[in-house]
Amino acid sequence: MAEISFRQALNDTLREELKRDDNVFLMGEEIGVFEGSYKITAGLLKEFGARRVVDTPIAENGFIGMAVGSAMLGLRPVVEIMTFNFIALAMDEILNHAAKIHYMFGGQTPVPLVIRTPGGGGQQLSATHSQNLEVWFAHIPGLHVVAPSNPADAKGMLKTAIRNNNPVIFIEHLGLYNTRGSVPDGDYLVPFGKAKIAKEGTDLTIISYSRMAAMALDVARRLEQENKWSVEVVDLRSLRPLDKETIVNSVKKTGRAIVFEEDWRSYGIGAEIAATVQEEAFDYLDAPVKRVANVEVPLPYSKPLESAALTGAKQLLDAINELAPRRRR
Amino acid sequence: MSTEQQKRPDGRDATTTDKPRVVTLPEDENRETLVNYYHQMLLVRRFEEKSDEMYKMARIGGYCHLNLGEEATVVGFCAGLEPKDYLYTNYREHGYALGRGIAPNAVMAELFGKETGCSFGRGGSMHMFSLEHRLLGGYGIVGGQVPLAVGAAFAVAYRGTDEVVAVQMGDGATNGGPFYESLNLARIYKLPVIFFVVNNQYGMGLPVEKGSAVSELYRKGCAFDVRGERVDGNDVLAVRDAVRRAAKVAREEHEPYIVEAVSFRHRGHSVIDPDRYRDEELVRQGRSLDPVPAFARHLLEAHIIDDQGLRAIDEQVEQVVSEAVRFAEESPFPAVETLFDHIYASDEHLQESK
Ligand SMILES: Cc1ncc(C[n+]2csc(CCOP(=O)(O)OP(=O)(O)O)c2C)c(N)n1
Repeated sequence: MAEISFRQALNDTLREELKRDDNVFLMGEEIGVFEGSYKITAGLLKEFGARRVVDTPIAENGFIGMAVGSAMLGLRPVVEIMTFNFIALAMDEILNHAAKIHYMFGGQTPVPLVIRTPGGGGQQLSATHSQNLEVWFAHIPGLHVVAPSNPADAKGMLKTAIRNNNPVIFIEHLGLYNTRGSVPDGDYLVPFGKAKIAKEGTDLTIISYSRMAAMALDVARRLEQENKWSVEVVDLRSLRPLDKETIVNSVKKTGRAIVFEEDWRSYGIGAEIAATVQEEAFDYLDAPVKRVANVEVPLPYSKPLESAALTGAKQLLDAINELAPRRRR
Repeated sequence: MSTEQQKRPDGRDATTTDKPRVVTLPEDENRETLVNYYHQMLLVRRFEEKSDEMYKMARIGGYCHLNLGEEATVVGFCAGLEPKDYLYTNYREHGYALGRGIAPNAVMAELFGKETGCSFGRGGSMHMFSLEHRLLGGYGIVGGQVPLAVGAAFAVAYRGTDEVVAVQMGDGATNGGPFYESLNLARIYKLPVIFFVVNNQYGMGLPVEKGSAVSELYRKGCAFDVRGERVDGNDVLAVRDAVRRAAKVAREEHEPYIVEAVSFRHRGHSVIDPDRYRDEELVRQGRSLDPVPAFARHLLEAHIIDDQGLRAIDEQVEQVVSEAVRFAEESPFPAVETLFDHIYASDEHLQESK
């Protein structure tokens, strides 16, 4: 176990996987000479050379399509999309090709592709550079979509992603890169489709993923220290496949649920989870499921407007205060 | 496309830009105009230096890309267009906003995220806009602005008016699909659009020749029969003249045209990029071609201005830039209640037409 940053965990994992399997290669804008826009691939070009670490021009549709094609011949591309926003240019290759090829050709050719990309707002990058688009992908059968919240899961899920035989959208977060945590040594794999109870509790359940899960955990711990509510935190980790069982069991136990997400509220992850909970745990609910999400506006540049549009710990606390059972204090 | 287009029509070879060329100012240029170009170039220079400073003082946030080193390209380009022409740019556009005549106050206020900014604080550094000045926006998604410009040119052709639409982009943007689709569309529909490629030789850390199969980017029009030429982006008059030729073709023949200005980015990709990946010698060499002092020298040598005149411009520019900062500083932020304004355009006209 070593205590390292999220960034370091990703960097180490990429290095280990590049060493382990010659079919694994990296591709993306500025990942080599520039060492990654967010330095996730620092040092890898030097260590593995330009055959394994491929700098691309700004041609997202082209190089994602290339990655899909190379995967059809058995390579295992790990592509970086500089930020989540730019994936829009490659949607056709992902939606109509990566996600369809295995099924449409009767299972004859898998597409073992990983697309890593960070989402996240809050840095005044404004409307086109601050989006969280996980829902687009979580909607598509044929894709796996994962969004770890801590360095250990980042490592374990990136390994699983690279060894998985399907296209995986691996969602990172600008606000998580510098966060630290202990990471198991060696060949540590976290399976997809298994949520994690990040903290046990009895009063209510917060269901979240990525940076919001980390934030929810902080809030829950603080409330416990302050002896207020006992909050259970379910860190989904994997959005598709979704671990319904863990969600439902937790809600059956606490009777109350908040979904905490950083994308827009309408048609979001929260909508899917709220539907699941009412389908499978209706009789156990003591209150309607709450959704805490970003305000539905293209993110503005100006700081005061941006702050008003983003969700965060304060919004979560407000929701907890509204939802938590009255019997306590 | 003939290889002759590699030469400028005046016979000077514009394809090698690594040596300072002997530039003599043409006799027939209006002296005031020349001084004005210098004034504008200096304004861009000082404005950008100030933006850098304000970013470091946390007055400006997000991504912030500067035109430092590209002053002759920016000013020459804007001078080659007419006020009625439309312009789309990428996110490295503070200079173009100034060049279009947007008040420095409104540009700085946008950088500060204030209500008085030219995008009302909603857009920031990468997203300047002014309908009045026919700047139809700076865009942060690489290449995204190019098809938009073709569409604007379509609207112009559709209405049968004689504006030209110019779209500025970096060298990196010419490697993406939208650029090629745009060239094709502009050519088949015969649209009055100028593709203005600022080849500052790097897209972030990627040198042009690593990202592009041909490094003379104007030649990318060849497959679409779109004419083009390359100019020295450090030569404000050469850039202006090339843009004028392009505008003439676009306006009179309704043909698209590519102008590639070879320029140099003096600093990192954005203000937070320490620029470690570029060879020091190369950067020194690139900066030594600095178009701003070079143009001042030409003006002095041609006795168009004297030292005192240069100092006066310097002082005036300093004043305008400090005033812009003061204005931005004192302007209000947008009120939080306005957060939901503008998500949808108003449909009031539907009510009226009932
Ligand atoms: C579609 C898309 N992909 C990637 C990026 C990230 N990015 C921003 S600027 C840039 C480099 C662009 O270089 P170039 O077009 O040469 O313009 P310059 O910055 O030199 O003006 C990249 C890769 C982006 N904004 N949009």
